[in-house]
Amino acid sequence: METAGAAGQPVLELTGIGKEFGAIRALHDVDMQVFPGEVVGLMGDNGAGKSTLVKIIAGNFRPTQGEVRFGGNAVHFYRPIDARVVGIEVVYQDLALADNLTAAANVFLGRELKRKFGPFAFLDHNAMAARALELFGELRSETRPHDLVKQMSGGQRQAVAIARTRLSNAKLVMMDEPTAAISVRQVEQVLGLIHRLKEQGVAVMLISHRMPDVFAVCDRVVVMRRGEKRADKSIRDTSPEEVTALITGAKEAA
Amino acid sequence: MAVPLESPISFTNVGRIRWWQRGIFASQTGYVLLALLGLLIAMHFASPYFFTQGNMQNVAKNFSFIAIATLGITFVIITGGIDLSVGSMMCFSAMITSMVMSGLSTPGMPGASLFVHLAADGKTVVANVPGLILLVSILAGLVTALIVGLVNGFCIAVLGLSPFVTTLGMLSIVRGLGYVVSNGRGSFPGGPDADYFYALTSGDLFGVPAPFIYLVILAAVMAVVLHHTSFGRHVFALGGNEKAAELTGIPVVRVKIEVYVICALAAGLQGIIVSGWLGSAPANMATSYELNVIAAAVIGGANLAGGVGGPLGAIVGCVLLEVIRNGLVLAQVSSYWQQTLVGVIIILAVLVDRIRSRIT
Repeated sequence: METAGAAGQPVLELTGIGKEFGAIRALHDVDMQVFPGEVVGLMGDNGAGKSTLVKIIAGNFRPTQGEVRFGGNAVHFYRPIDARVVGIEVVYQDLALADNLTAAANVFLGRELKRKFGPFAFLDHNAMAARALELFGELRSETRPHDLVKQMSGGQRQAVAIARTRLSNAKLVMMDEPTAAISVRQVEQVLGLIHRLKEQGVAVMLISHRMPDVFAVCDRVVVMRRGEKRADKSIRDTSPEEVTALITGAKEAA
Repeated sequence: MAVPLESPISFTNVGRIRWWQRGIFASQTGYVLLALLGLLIAMHFASPYFFTQGNMQNVAKNFSFIAIATLGITFVIITGGIDLSVGSMMCFSAMITSMVMSGLSTPGMPGASLFVHLAADGKTVVANVPGLILLVSILAGLVTALIVGLVNGFCIAVLGLSPFVTTLGMLSIVRGLGYVVSNGRGSFPGGPDADYFYALTSGDLFGVPAPFIYLVILAAVMAVVLHHTSFGRHVFALGGNEKAAELTGIPVVRVKIEVYVICALAAGLQGIIVSGWLGSAPANMATSYELNVIAAAVIGGANLAGGVGGPLGAIVGCVLLEVIRNGLVLAQVSSYWQQTLVGVIIILAVLVDRIRSRIT
């Protein structure tokens, strides 16, 4: 599997990213590039700085030092919506779904389809349900657009959260532990979806603890430890054993 | 890794929920509506006076006196908030409206010359433009409510104060301001437009009380707003998962401010209508009404934890409270029992819903 588009311009480029929370140095001097159509695994133990890095890219935090470039331009995100506007989508670990709403409503939350009647705009329920069903079909998920999210299984919730990222033409999709709480068959589906994103030239960052998943779909793996990037290797040049050693600190850097 | 993505999906192991297990039938509103119908039938046999036209008009009028405010607070409750300043707001808006109305109708008062002049006999006050004073005074009452709602919303959404504490403070502030502006004496709608005012607030149309007509219109508008606009969708999302709402880019701060403004406006309008029925806006008007309003919303199925509620529930809750009050009077039970019974019903309504959600 070739690292698609590695020759082209990186979609995301981080230079010297650092983040301090008071006296705590969560990130220090992180450089990183992600290319279109590339799947990058971001690994590290709890507290290694993965989540902080993701939150900086997603616009939840502003970096203390360093620069974020997206699509070649320096970007400054003040809120998550700013990141979403330029084409960065995040599937959060807790999925960020409203339990009391239907699957379709959650997929379109914050960007509802509307129909105009004079000065008023009303929700276009049918169009949203149809598009949601289409997206669930692409994900091969047995999810009905009209079902309430609180009645759904973990895998169905995951499908709803992922379907949301497919609505916009995102250039970078970050997935925070997408395979942590779902069945074996649904893990397969989620990995299938990552492949589909890749085929369409979307860059994917997969934050995961599950070594088999990372090695199944990623082109490259980045290992974080104590707020620093310790390794950035093509998946072909490394092994699960080496990555484990890098995560635990048995091996300092590679 | 090839997953056949093109084949159609089948719902082999995902059952469809039966119609009687979803929507209104599975909601607290549904059960309470059923209980209300049962109660109405029981009342019919218990008292021959209950279903008379006069009594029905009374019931319709009386529950409309808290139902509009209940519609307003339902918005707030759906977002997971609470507004305790409803009762005070009703009083203050009513007071401002009647004070502005009588002020503008008294020649010699500042600004009054724009609106009224004395008739040839030197005593009768005549409006320059009939209805204009009424319009201005009602707008004054509503603008007051709007400002209070904005302050509530600002404190809660922007400053991040707890809704309970903010609106508890506002309950006291607004009630206090009511005493300050009126010197504790209350005020009366007066002047050439007072007749229009009474006709609009306590009159009726073909035997249907005016407040009831407003209530039905507002409830219909609310149903459309909640279920067919993105604002309504965002209100529900906020109550379901505020963090998710924020992450998906919903303007959380704006929506929160808007629901508190809606609630204050509904309370203000309600107060103005009640003052028309009372014929005055006493400074202690609608004291502790916030509790009735919240009780009605909760009985009707609005969930104080957020995410659930609607106009039908708000109305059903108000009707149930009023039918019980009315029924106790007709049955010649001491009206002091009313409060006790209302309390029991609040707990029962929530209990039934809890049992149901345990079973299914």
